Amino acid sequence: MKNLFGSSRRRTGATLVARESLQRLSEQPEARPSAPAPRRRFGAFILLHLQVFVATLGQLSRTPIATLMTAAVIGIALALPAGLYAVLSPIQAHSTQWHDERQISVFLKPGISDAQAGALADRLRTLPGVSQVKLISRSQGLEEMRKQSGFAEALAMLDENPLPALLVVYPTPPPAGTSPAQAVTELLTTLRVLPEADAVQFDMQWLRRLEGILRVVERGVTLLAGLLALGVLLIVSNTLRLAILSRREEIEIIKLIGATDAFIRRPFLYLGLGYGLLGGVIAWALVMLALGLLRGPIEQLARLYSSDFQLIHLSLTGSLVLLSLGGALGLFGALLAVHRHLAAIEPM
Amino acid sequence: MIHFHQVSKRYPGGYEALNRLNFELQRGEMVFLTGHSGAGKSTVLKLITLLERASSGQIIVNGQNLSALGNRRIPYLRRSIGMVFQSHRLLNDHTVFDNVALPLVIAGLGAAEIGRRVRAALDKVGLLNKEKLYPLVLSGGEQQRVGIARAVVNKPPLLLADEPTGNLDPELSREIMKLFQQFNQFGVTVLIASHDVSLIESLSQRMLTLKNGRLTSDSKAHEESLRQQ
Repeated sequence: MKNLFGSSRRRTGATLVARESLQRLSEQPEARPSAPAPRRRFGAFILLHLQVFVATLGQLSRTPIATLMTAAVIGIALALPAGLYAVLSPIQAHSTQWHDERQISVFLKPGISDAQAGALADRLRTLPGVSQVKLISRSQGLEEMRKQSGFAEALAMLDENPLPALLVVYPTPPPAGTSPAQAVTELLTTLRVLPEADAVQFDMQWLRRLEGILRVVERGVTLLAGLLALGVLLIVSNTLRLAILSRREEIEIIKLIGATDAFIRRPFLYLGLGYGLLGGVIAWALVMLALGLLRGPIEQLARLYSSDFQLIHLSLTGSLVLLSLGGALGLFGALLAVHRHLAAIEPM
Repeated sequence: MIHFHQVSKRYPGGYEALNRLNFELQRGEMVFLTGHSGAGKSTVLKLITLLERASSGQIIVNGQNLSALGNRRIPYLRRSIGMVFQSHRLLNDHTVFDNVALPLVIAGLGAAEIGRRVRAALDKVGLLNKEKLYPLVLSGGEQQRVGIARAVVNKPPLLLADEPTGNLDPELSREIMKLFQQFNQFGVTVLIASHDVSLIESLSQRMLTLKNGRLTSDSKAHEESLRQQ
């Protein structure tokens, strides 16, 4: 672990320069001001940080296996909630989309002809609280079923159309301030007593249940993410604790020589940041890989539901969030370790 | 340069390392601090560098009252003091060059300036040709000279050494002491804690003797009192 503190090693014209500066060394010692050095220029400050950052990368690359193992633990811990979010968020977006299409399906009795069904549809359109009524005739229903469900052969074997006519009733959106549930309930009672109606189905029910389930799952994922973030914090903190303790001697010596706490802290904070970022990259790769493997089956599933289900993926923003979350957790874990352990190391 | 006034240091448990110690070092002086082990030599050095704080009394180093110096300012105090240790305290996984460069890196100097100063310091202790080696391949005397180069590389006005010749044979010890004398001739104030009385006496410098945390003799005061008589 050389050059952690980024000391320079350039050597040019050694002896010549040394001769010249021997003169300088022989001069009266400078009366050094004991107050903190004057504020360095911003550029020099950036350069200093850059040096430490590069030195940290060098240090991480000198022990590739150990570095990768630590980063992989962080990566796996981050990948789990990130992957779940990536799968959950499109489902949620979809369910709210369904939510807007509140519709009541009125299945008519088998004996009702398409003409009677059309007359009923016209009548229903005049009811209060109804914005639109769509008639799906028996033959239309059969046609749709043949196209979508893959039952074409089975259907062909039937002598007659087994499907009832279907009226799809769209309630008007309730005026602001009134309970939407009540208006829909009234409409439902009206529809249920229609002599032509066989069954009235309101799809909101299962959507609500789906929403409920999604809320539970989402809360669970949030809790899981919180726990795993805590885990990442502890992993980084513990790794940094070991790094600090293994350099105890070095830290004591540079404290003796007059290093400020910030100077001593800096490489360790960058180390934590490095672990976190690397963990973020690994998490990103894992999520991408998992989503890639899931894509095929999910698309098939979506096709079965005749859904234009949006492909699940990790967006650019999502990727950046994941990466910066890793970095932030690494940095914070390092801060915890540095705060606890550096202060305890005092030269004797 | 260094002023101790009624300085006491008690450790938890009641052990009294220093007992109302008074002494003064002028700028440019070279002084040996001697006494048996446990007499308080190391404690004096630790108080000067604020590795420990005095229980009572006043210490002034380079014009600064140490009891008024906050912890945040301690690094800057230490940068104005070159320190040499019996056990060298070098970073064994860094080259000689990097070891000597450390105080300059800490101070935030540029690479070119660091190179110049490190080579000047290494040249001064006669190790210019060993800058690329690691401390462990050097002899004890050479390691100590690396430690000295590190202590003087940022040209501190004050140089402290704690038993710098403790592990060296008489010949090497004499060379090391000569090195300190040279720095002293360039105007550096030097305070060396050592129990090697025979070596110190041969160098005819001012000598402070401690016993049980008290000053029992000061060769300069002794000479002055002789002169007065």
